[in-house]
Amino acid sequence: MEKHFTDSRVKGVSTGTTILAAVFDGGVVIGSDSRASMGGEFVSSKTINKVIQVHDRIFCCMAGSLADAQAVTKTAKFQLSFHSVQMENPPLVIAAASVLKELCYNNKDELQAGFITAGWDKKKGPQVYVVSLGGMLISQPVTIGGSGSTYIYGYVDAKYKVNMTREECLQFATNALALAMGRDNVSGGVVNLVVITEAGAEHIVIPGDKLPTFSDE
Amino acid sequence: MLGEAEPQWVSEEVKTGTTIIAIEFDGGVVLGSDSRVSAGASVVNRVMNKLSPLHDKIYCALSGSAADAQTIAEMVNYQLDVHSIEIDEDPQVRSAATLVKNISYKYKEELSAHLIVAGWDRREGGQVFATLSGLLTRQPFAIGGSGSSYVYGFVDAEYRRGMTKEECQKFVVNTLALAMNRDGSSGGVAYMVTIDEHSTEEKVVLGNDLPTFFDQ
Repeated sequence: MEKHFTDSRVKGVSTGTTILAAVFDGGVVIGSDSRASMGGEFVSSKTINKVIQVHDRIFCCMAGSLADAQAVTKTAKFQLSFHSVQMENPPLVIAAASVLKELCYNNKDELQAGFITAGWDKKKGPQVYVVSLGGMLISQPVTIGGSGSTYIYGYVDAKYKVNMTREECLQFATNALALAMGRDNVSGGVVNLVVITEAGAEHIVIPGDKLPTFSDE
Repeated sequence: MLGEAEPQWVSEEVKTGTTIIAIEFDGGVVLGSDSRVSAGASVVNRVMNKLSPLHDKIYCALSGSAADAQTIAEMVNYQLDVHSIEIDEDPQVRSAATLVKNISYKYKEELSAHLIVAGWDRREGGQVFATLSGLLTRQPFAIGGSGSSYVYGFVDAEYRRGMTKEECQKFVVNTLALAMNRDGSSGGVAYMVTIDEHSTEEKVVLGNDLPTFFDQ
């Protein structure tokens, strides 16, 4: 039987969310919905930002317990800024992901948080890393997470193509998030996207009425 | 002598844990399913056809507990035979769906199976009915089973009204392939049944003939 992230243990404190990151030709797109709910019955915030900046060209999205995720990202941000001063260079994306991984793995019994890290660095260009619940770290061209991600595995598998253009990738990410928000009752609100390239990071917010609609709406 | 512990799958409930889909086109319907039957972590049947005939031009797709689903299908098959003799013509798809719904609703606490009923009749043409938990609703298409969660986004994005028979068949195979890739309880081969005024055609798409996607 499939396991949902909105397990009864996690329900009270889960962000109940949909997060996504995808590599395109020259950059990455990372994005999420904006709903925070309490137990699936009450929307406590319609416009929460789940895409956290940990360095100039490195962002991460959190899934799972909101409190755990915030604590971990705060620690990681601090460690990364120290690391980049020591190295006298901006940190690599894998360095950011590894910092998160160390925290998740070493505290795996207490924490219930997973992360998607996406960014651009000079060594390897655009990258996406996933740190899962127990502290596994892997690199993937496209990845999704959160309770709403279950509904879009099929869509992402079918529609993601390697080396898309920036516009194609933005459309893909917007569509995927809109589809998930349409089926998952604890995901919703607006779509927050960040496009990261060599030139920098650009925030795009797509409000609910500008989201793509599909044949049943 | 000390008895050997029996393997775990012997005591696990057998579920079809599956992906099923049915879609209507102008003049008929296409039904599709995977072929995996699991008991806990073991696959006990990798080639089961979950598309079960209720009548010549009415089929149902089984999901949930294998025993419950098969029993409902057999009971409705019998009841439909009696009904069609009484009315002296082929039964309507809505009648078949109502019979399934009656059983699902009356025994909803005891049963855990979901059947999608689809077929063709002279009055309304191709129709698809969902009978989850004892409701009865006609829909342009329906998906069900554990694997269906993963393809809600895909079917929402890809479905368009007015698809042809061939487009519907492609849609069904693509949806099944995507779900089988992601759901541990779905897999094997894809069975497909196309029902229209003239014929009822059964088809099997073997594993290596299924569509592949960017990560394969």
